[in-house]
Amino acid sequence: MLIDYFKKISTTVGAMIIFALLASTALSIFYFITKSPIDESDAKAKRLFLNQVIPANLYDNNLVKDTISVEPDPLLGNKKNIDIYRAKKNNQVIAVIIEAIAPDGYSGEIKTLVGIDQEDKVLGVRVITHRETPGLGDYIEIDKSQWIKNFDLTSLAKMNAKQWAVKKDGGDFDYVSGATITPRAVIKSTYKSLLYTKENKKRLFAL
Amino acid sequence: MSDIKKIALDGFWKQNPGVVQLLGLCPTLAITTSMINGISLGIATALVMAISNASVSPIRKLIPTEIRVPVFILIIASLVTIIDFSMHAFIEPLYKALGIFIPLIVTNCIVLARVESFAAKNATTPSFFDGLFMGLGLAIVLALLGGLREFFGKGTLLSGIDLILGPSANNLVIHFFSDYRGFLLAILPPGAFIVLACLIALKNRIELR
Repeated sequence: MLIDYFKKISTTVGAMIIFALLASTALSIFYFITKSPIDESDAKAKRLFLNQVIPANLYDNNLVKDTISVEPDPLLGNKKNIDIYRAKKNNQVIAVIIEAIAPDGYSGEIKTLVGIDQEDKVLGVRVITHRETPGLGDYIEIDKSQWIKNFDLTSLAKMNAKQWAVKKDGGDFDYVSGATITPRAVIKSTYKSLLYTKENKKRLFAL
Repeated sequence: MSDIKKIALDGFWKQNPGVVQLLGLCPTLAITTSMINGISLGIATALVMAISNASVSPIRKLIPTEIRVPVFILIIASLVTIIDFSMHAFIEPLYKALGIFIPLIVTNCIVLARVESFAAKNATTPSFFDGLFMGLGLAIVLALLGGLREFFGKGTLLSGIDLILGPSANNLVIHFFSDYRGFLLAILPPGAFIVLACLIALKNRIELR
């Protein structure tokens, strides 16, 4: 009786172990086969994304790998250390890409990448993640509208603090009526990343 | 052969997972904001169902009845992870677009339901076709649902096709209206329920005739 019981349990357990082993073998094989293509396609996707912020013909280094880590700063809105990408040409840092976090979107944080050159000029801004209302606040995405290109070539020198706002608030930026909170947040975070770059210029552009 | 015909009829119409069995609704409703999303997730699900049915069926007599469900889930989960890896490696943009919903195929009860109710009792070939046709039946519903939501919500069809076929496919996107302001309800989750309800109603109406 006891022996029968024991037999039954051991076949069940044995079967489970064998299936688990088979499954994990298959998984590890596929993990190793796909590992390098996955890394490659991740890096490629990242590079393509970064190229939207800083055009590829401006730099000649491996942008994805060339980063410096910076501490939390109220101007960036980051709570943990983040990486800042540095674009170099002929061994000179010509621009940086900053990940700016706007905490005051309509529904939560809006993360953007801001490309800024040595003269505190914006090369490009792109939204990484946001949770704004689809069809209303999502015109900050490049896939939805060209609005985000309004930032191209703006700078602290060209526009004073008051101009960094939507037209409704007396600033220079267009907006879609009914969705002003979203552009407000993005404009503010872009402006603050420019201030941050200016304040930390030595460190960000040092070799 | 007539067996396979019957299986196909079940999958596509009589027992269609999307509009009759109503299993696996979580991804059905969440992902179908565009036709391409619907088709892609549908095909991935069909693939998982066909392979999992075909791999469970030949070993069904080796699996002790008490632990059959954990073993089924183990097999399904491994297959889904393999598909997840492959998509990440070779079609990255689509992988990004479908996001969490590929791993979630594991929890899609239609997959386990077909393994448990069909593959565990039938031979390998019919099991394979059962998984395939059930999956394709679901894929068609997902495509219809995605297509209708995209049409009403954005006024386009096949947007996002460049994620699969590359940027050159962008001119395949069909724009119906030159200046369409969008109909938000269709894109938001409630729209999925409403459109699905219409599809079910339509199917029942055709049945009643």
